[in-house]
Amino acid sequence: MPDTLTKFIFGRLTWDSLPLHEPIVVATFVAVALGGIALLGVITYFKLWGYLWREWFTSVDHKKIGIMYMVLGLVMLLRGFSDAIMMRLQQAIAFNGSEGYLNSHHYDQIFTAHGVIMIFFVAMPFVTGLMNFVVPLQIGARDVSFPFLNNFSFWMTVGGAVLVMASLFVGEFARTGWLAYPPLSGIGYSPDVGVDYYIWALQVAGVGTTLSGINLICTIIKMRAPGMTMMRMPVFTWTSLCTNVLIVASFPVLTAVLALLTLDRYVGTNFFTNDFGGNPMMYVNLIWIWGHPEVYILILPLFGVFSEVTSTFSGKRLFGYTSMVYATVVITILSYLVWLHHFFTMGSGASVNSFFGITTMIISIPTGAKMFNWLFTMYRGRIRFELPMMWTMAFMLTFTVGGMTGVLLAVPPADFVLHNSLFLIAHFHNVIIGGVLFGLFAGIAYWWPKAFGFKLDPFWGKVSFWCWVVGFWFAFMPLYILGLMGVTRRMRVFDDPSLQIWFVIAAFGAVLIAFGIAAFLIQIYVSIRRRKALTDPTGDPWDGRTLEWSTSSPPPAYNFAFTPVVRDNDAWWDMKKAGYNRPLSGFKPIHMPSNTGTGVILAAFSVALGFAMIWYIWWLAALSFACLIATAIGHTFNYHRDFHIPAAEVTQTEEARTTLLAAQG
Amino acid sequence: MVSTATTAGTEPVFHLEEEHAHAEGGSTMLGFWLYLMSDCLIFAMLFAAYGVLGGNYAAGPAPKDLFDLNLVALNTAMLLFSSITYGFAMLTMDKGRVAATQGWLAVTGLFGLAFLSIELYEFAHLIHEGATPQRSAFLSSYFTLVGTHGLHVTFGIVWLVTLMVQVARFGLIEANRRRLMCLSMFWHFLDVIWIGVFTFVYLMGMLR
Repeated sequence: MPDTLTKFIFGRLTWDSLPLHEPIVVATFVAVALGGIALLGVITYFKLWGYLWREWFTSVDHKKIGIMYMVLGLVMLLRGFSDAIMMRLQQAIAFNGSEGYLNSHHYDQIFTAHGVIMIFFVAMPFVTGLMNFVVPLQIGARDVSFPFLNNFSFWMTVGGAVLVMASLFVGEFARTGWLAYPPLSGIGYSPDVGVDYYIWALQVAGVGTTLSGINLICTIIKMRAPGMTMMRMPVFTWTSLCTNVLIVASFPVLTAVLALLTLDRYVGTNFFTNDFGGNPMMYVNLIWIWGHPEVYILILPLFGVFSEVTSTFSGKRLFGYTSMVYATVVITILSYLVWLHHFFTMGSGASVNSFFGITTMIISIPTGAKMFNWLFTMYRGRIRFELPMMWTMAFMLTFTVGGMTGVLLAVPPADFVLHNSLFLIAHFHNVIIGGVLFGLFAGIAYWWPKAFGFKLDPFWGKVSFWCWVVGFWFAFMPLYILGLMGVTRRMRVFDDPSLQIWFVIAAFGAVLIAFGIAAFLIQIYVSIRRRKALTDPTGDPWDGRTLEWSTSSPPPAYNFAFTPVVRDNDAWWDMKKAGYNRPLSGFKPIHMPSNTGTGVILAAFSVALGFAMIWYIWWLAALSFACLIATAIGHTFNYHRDFHIPAAEVTQTEEARTTLLAAQG
Repeated sequence: MVSTATTAGTEPVFHLEEEHAHAEGGSTMLGFWLYLMSDCLIFAMLFAAYGVLGGNYAAGPAPKDLFDLNLVALNTAMLLFSSITYGFAMLTMDKGRVAATQGWLAVTGLFGLAFLSIELYEFAHLIHEGATPQRSAFLSSYFTLVGTHGLHVTFGIVWLVTLMVQVARFGLIEANRRRLMCLSMFWHFLDVIWIGVFTFVYLMGMLR
């Protein structure tokens, strides 16, 4: 019985699972495959595998893990943006009887993948990467609380991304929209592998996110330098703390709700079905109990970035530090009390909708307070319009509009008109691009010299800036107008030709954004080529205020030769004002965690497990699960996970820096 | 290049001269607590799902038709005893008595196994009577909530055995004591969850 045997070995994976009938996917696959082979060839040719494995993949250094998160986010941004520009093109041409160039099967996967990738595999890695890199440096620590877990978390996030990317070429992705509402995502209406890819990619990545949240909370609570009380922490550290609290208190909800959907699909339970007592609206409630905190998980760290940037480039202490901290905490708490505003139309009645409408509007108060704090920090400051500051200004102008349309949507009667319309799409892109993405670019430009020892090229940075900002306004203002006219989201073709001009304008904006992304990549390339001219020998290129600027750029593996002592907010500014001199002798051996490949291996087994579950390859699922458990247990038998950097090596590193600083005069 | 002429007594201190050692595993307890709270949220979701769906019998069997409180009481006793014996293991660990610690851990594991066996017997009985997880939303949420707790206990037993091997090989060293503390929190946490299950699912189910 060879047929049964094939079914046993490959589950539901057959040659037909490869989307060979979709020319766009095939072309993409060829391009990705050629690019991938070229990349692997280059790495092999230059014999970089050993270096990458030893120095990066197995590294438990929070700085390297942070940089790897950023690389992951950037790669996935290219994928997520490809989806975006394909949708823009489709919607710009699918008029007057034209079907456009994407069939509905493909188009529905694209809008789902776009949302999933942009939130989970672009914004989350970028934000986590930034926090990973910056937080330990800002609090004067040598690493995070659990360095191995940090490495493991990163690779689990990569594992999730691998599964999403695999869905492009093997099988298909979900066609349900980015939150996969049942009953559409149930086995009856989505019998294919798409929703299973969605579920397992998010579950694998979710493990990483939750663990990294726990890790960073512990780091901030337990590893602060002596003297750094909670109210002396840099604002970015504060916002990171609140974000990680949100992660730990919301991602388990996502894990649980996806597990229930999994049971519905695999076991045939009736949580979200229409019959046998199931309740699909419970899914919508549960997933938004995770989903609303999630948007604050994304934006809060960037509020921290804007605070650091504004105060550094205005040459002033941040205005209203205490109110900034309390505003962050209030937003953290309120973000749990607003989830129902995503579905006022569920019909829970006037009282429930009023409650959630009002809590939503209240969030604008602490957010507004932050806005004024930044403005007052700039007021009478010596503002330097360097790239990070430009992004911050663009954020303040753009985000305010997005915030106002958000308050508009928080009014339940207005929401009944605008629910699921392009007005909503314009609103959340307004805050996510105008807030999260602009903040990330500000943060990247701000901390790049710390990470690599040279600044980013300002010319290409400005090209990227203007393309992004202008492109954003062109791409999303038409969507507000279309939304007010009643156009709903996720449409593939349109009947009314008078709408077309707005979609063409939006597509033009998307092209500008494409130029912005290209300019950003060119900026990185040019900066690496010009790194000698752009070098930062001081470690403090912006005249910074917080501890990360007190060490060299890039920082040594141990971050600080001596643990700093803090006696004020803006600790490094305080040290500079007091005429602090760097110690030049008396170095001690430094206790550090050792690298390990266990994280990579565990994540690889998790990907295998996910893939096997998606395709019903039960033997592989059982095998990879067994390997996963065995490897994890085996890892606990290794009790020697640390080493000491000898004092001689520390002395050597620090003397090199002394020479470099002396050359500056 | 020694620092400038200010008097040594008043000069502010900006770094520690001595290596500032964080105690090995100093964050572990906090980290494990946070993990437990995240796990607690997963159970909270399952309780919420049971709260919403627990009355949706879909013309199928209801708690009164299914639950045998005597069996569940016995099962509860097994888990509560296992928590007590884990407590004894921790007390003997504090005194540094390896053999006694191992003994109490073994007893704990046996109680855990007894709990799991009774639970599996109960599940098999229900499924045999046609009360499968697919039968109604009530049964879906019942099996998921109780089964997730059971999976946690299973995982706890695997962990317990691993730790017993490690204690046997390396003794009650600092790292092993820390691990036993973590498992202790995990084990008692599962007890607390079970008390919620016993109350909300079984006792209140009989009152419906």
